[in-house]
Amino acid sequence: MIPISYYLLLSAFLFACGVTGFLIKRNIITIFMSIELMLNGVNLSFIAFATRLGTLDGHIFVFFVMVVAAAEAAVGLAIIISVYRTRETLNVDRVNLLKL
Amino acid sequence: MHLFLFLLFGSICAGAAVNLLIQRKTINSALSLIVVMGSLALLYLLLGAEFVAVVQVIIYAGAIMVLYIFVIMLLNAGDEEQSKGSNVAKIFGIPSLFAGGIIGIWVLLQHRPAEKPISIGALYGPADQVGMMLFTKYLLAFEVTSILVLIAIMGAVVLARRSHTS
Repeated sequence: MIPISYYLLLSAFLFACGVTGFLIKRNIITIFMSIELMLNGVNLSFIAFATRLGTLDGHIFVFFVMVVAAAEAAVGLAIIISVYRTRETLNVDRVNLLKL
Repeated sequence: MHLFLFLLFGSICAGAAVNLLIQRKTINSALSLIVVMGSLALLYLLLGAEFVAVVQVIIYAGAIMVLYIFVIMLLNAGDEEQSKGSNVAKIFGIPSLFAGGIIGIWVLLQHRPAEKPISIGALYGPADQVGMMLFTKYLLAFEVTSILVLIAIMGAVVLARRSHTS
């Protein structure tokens, strides 16, 4: 028997880790994995709130988030492969064609 | 029992998330992300979300992470290159991190809502009930999702194709 806020704290921690990784990492694949980490943190809070409210709607939302994450991973990794082919690097600091 | 299991899987989850940040090799970050997803699936099971836990293992830890590791091996991603960090981030970032943490803890302690504790599997969400809801209440969203996935498949194929023009 534990309160629901423990799950929400873990969810907030995962989201904060994802934001930190998104900001400090230089490898484009690791940045992408940080986004997945953020999505996972949000999913945990969806499930926790669904349990709190006693409805299954949160589970459906998690399902949709997973579908969007899968689509995003497929398209994003295709973009990463395409970027690597043209620029021969995975470092986001070197992908600066649009930078002034 | 619930507290013990939550602390066990939650600390594994948080530790792997921190490990994702501090690892320099991309493949190690990917493996710790798999650990995060596996322990999250167990936390979902603790909350009774049976269907979501199974889908988490199959889609996230299975399909998506295999795709990631495939790309990491394909592109031969080794150590991350160090870029020169700015001093502004160190001067302002670390104190503001502590300040934000202290403010967050203070708000949590001040505005503690009256919440009733939950037991293991408080809301049981098996596949048949979730599926029934998915095909009645959320039918339109489900059908739109299929269009999204179709567009994503076509986009991935077009983007990853070697261009014949050059």
